[in-house]
Amino acid sequence: MLEVTDLRKSFPTPDGSRVEVVRVAAFHLAAGAQCALRGESGSGKTTFLHLIAGLLAADRGRVALGAEIMTDLPESRRDRLRAAKIGYIFQTFNLLQGHTVLENVLLGMGFGPRGADAAHARELLDRVGLSHRLRHFPRQLSTGQQQRVAVARALANRPALVLADEPTGNLDPRHGHEALGLIREVCRENGAALLLVSHDEQALGHFEDVQDFAALNRPGTEVRP
Amino acid sequence: MTLWLIIYRSLRQHALSTVVTAASIALACGLLLTVWMVKTQSQAAFTAANAGFDAVLGARGSKLQLVLNALFHLEASPGNLAWSDYEQIRRHPAVKTAIPIAVGDNLRGYRLVGTLPELFAVELAPGRRFELAAGRMFDPLAAEAVAGSFAAAQLGLRPGDTFHPFHGLTFDERNRHAETYTVAGVLAPTNTPADRVIWLPLAGVQTIGGHDPRAATDVSAVLIQLRAPTAGFMLDMMYNKQGNRLTFAYPVGAIIAELFNKIGWFDRVLELVAYLVALVAAGAVLASIYNSMSARQRDIAILRALGARRRTIFGAVLGEAVAIGVLGALAGLVVYAGLFSAVAGIIREQTGVVLTVMAWHPALALAPLGMIALCGLGGVVPAFKAYRVPVADTLAPQS
Ligand SMILES: Nc1ncnc2c1ncn2[C@@H]1O[C@H](COP(=O)(O)OP(=O)(O)O)[C@@H](O)[C@H]1O
Ligand SMILES: [Mg+2]
Repeated sequence: MLEVTDLRKSFPTPDGSRVEVVRVAAFHLAAGAQCALRGESGSGKTTFLHLIAGLLAADRGRVALGAEIMTDLPESRRDRLRAAKIGYIFQTFNLLQGHTVLENVLLGMGFGPRGADAAHARELLDRVGLSHRLRHFPRQLSTGQQQRVAVARALANRPALVLADEPTGNLDPRHGHEALGLIREVCRENGAALLLVSHDEQALGHFEDVQDFAALNRPGTEVRP
Repeated sequence: MTLWLIIYRSLRQHALSTVVTAASIALACGLLLTVWMVKTQSQAAFTAANAGFDAVLGARGSKLQLVLNALFHLEASPGNLAWSDYEQIRRHPAVKTAIPIAVGDNLRGYRLVGTLPELFAVELAPGRRFELAAGRMFDPLAAEAVAGSFAAAQLGLRPGDTFHPFHGLTFDERNRHAETYTVAGVLAPTNTPADRVIWLPLAGVQTIGGHDPRAATDVSAVLIQLRAPTAGFMLDMMYNKQGNRLTFAYPVGAIIAELFNKIGWFDRVLELVAYLVALVAAGAVLASIYNSMSARQRDIAILRALGARRRTIFGAVLGEAVAIGVLGALAGLVVYAGLFSAVAGIIREQTGVVLTVMAWHPALALAPLGMIALCGLGGVVPAFKAYRVPVADTLAPQS
């Protein structure tokens, strides 16, 4: 499902040189599989997920999602591919504060090929236990509930791959535990592969397949412009 | 549908600035329409309000004053002409109709105009004549009156009522004449200045006490219908170029148009002000959306992460500006209806000329559409800013 080959990304530094953040020779995730990457803060995990999702353009290398090559596409087609195939869960939830719970989930599918499907959105919110909160705004919910909205939203477009970036970072241990269980279950139920990155051992402990990001990601120390 | 949702929620989220900017658009739109419509409509209405006459003959003086006094019942009469002058023009072969009027008295500010019953047979406009709403025509030899609809309504005159005329064109309690007139009839509305007039038999006005007895057969002006337009230029030559005692005001429409040219600068200033207000309003749309942009960066990045393309974001912000424009333009039509009714009311009160609020004019579509386009133009700047929001950087600042 997900094939990463020789993926590289560097950023410019204030002194005019560039610093490489991501250099992943090979990474593979099968359809419907679940994998967690363990990595320290600042090790490039978020950048890696941004590259997979096509939010950033890679310097070189390849990200293949099934038959489609994210890294070959211009930006607007990367956006479409993301809308069609990827769900994203953030540490800070990133719910749209001006929209209701239901609308947040609807917007999770609105840009995809199937468009907004209110019945499916309700179904997902029901699944995460929020069917009684459809018309609430995010600020009216607890953090745990907010993350559940984010989970429902990530699955709204029937993604093949869900990317979760420290999804428990802003939750207390108990809610973090619940959220992880929920993420894993709904991904499995919806047939989505799950790639989670975290530095939180408790979160990583949920997964059978845990890889060290440091072993995977070997950036060069410095790159000349 | 997704785009609508984003636009709708954004407008709701910034409700205060939405309302304020839409209100400024509404004001601009309403002002622009009012200036435009009052200008075009009043020009048309005044030019058409010639009561069916082609020309006016009066004492030597300003043609405009003569027309305003004789046909619009505004301004003072420039002077009198002798009965023989009336007789002379009435018999002129080029003249189809000549009707004398005598002005000089009022009833609580409404003019008493003496004339002959023939006046009421003249077509005010093709197919339209004076009609009685109540009572009958005055007896030309009796102390009777027929009231125009507006004057009758304002003064509460009904057939059978009696009144004393007051001397002069402005009402002064102390200048009451002794004569008593009886209202014989009330005219139906004509939507012309004639609605503000109370008509008396000519002989009556000429002999009302206190008027110079030697001028008893003088008239203030003669209203003229010509047999052919060319005759007008002939008479113009005869009275204005060769003679120097009288003024022949012809053609009436051109004289009124000249008046509008004279006050045209005022229209242009108003119009300029309205355009400036429109520009400022569009600027307000630009500024209010632009200012909210930094607070919205994160939302934009989130939408991008959900798969929205740059051009979708651009469209959403542009759509928001256009939506404010649409709201403002719709409200602007209401503002226009209110402003225009007020102005039309004043014009009607002062002149009797009626402007219609509901009259269709392309400006009624063009001004709102133009305003919406201007808002859209104002939206381009913040939309471009939204277009350029860097997604990864905006989402990243955790870690
Ligand atoms: N747009 C950027 N410009 C410059 N440096 C960046 C940018 N994005 C990330 N970095 C740097 O790349 C490194 C990895 O960042 P990140 O991917 O967020 O790591 P993690 O998610 O593992 O904490 C950090 O040192 C960060 O400062
Ligand atoms: Mg990170």
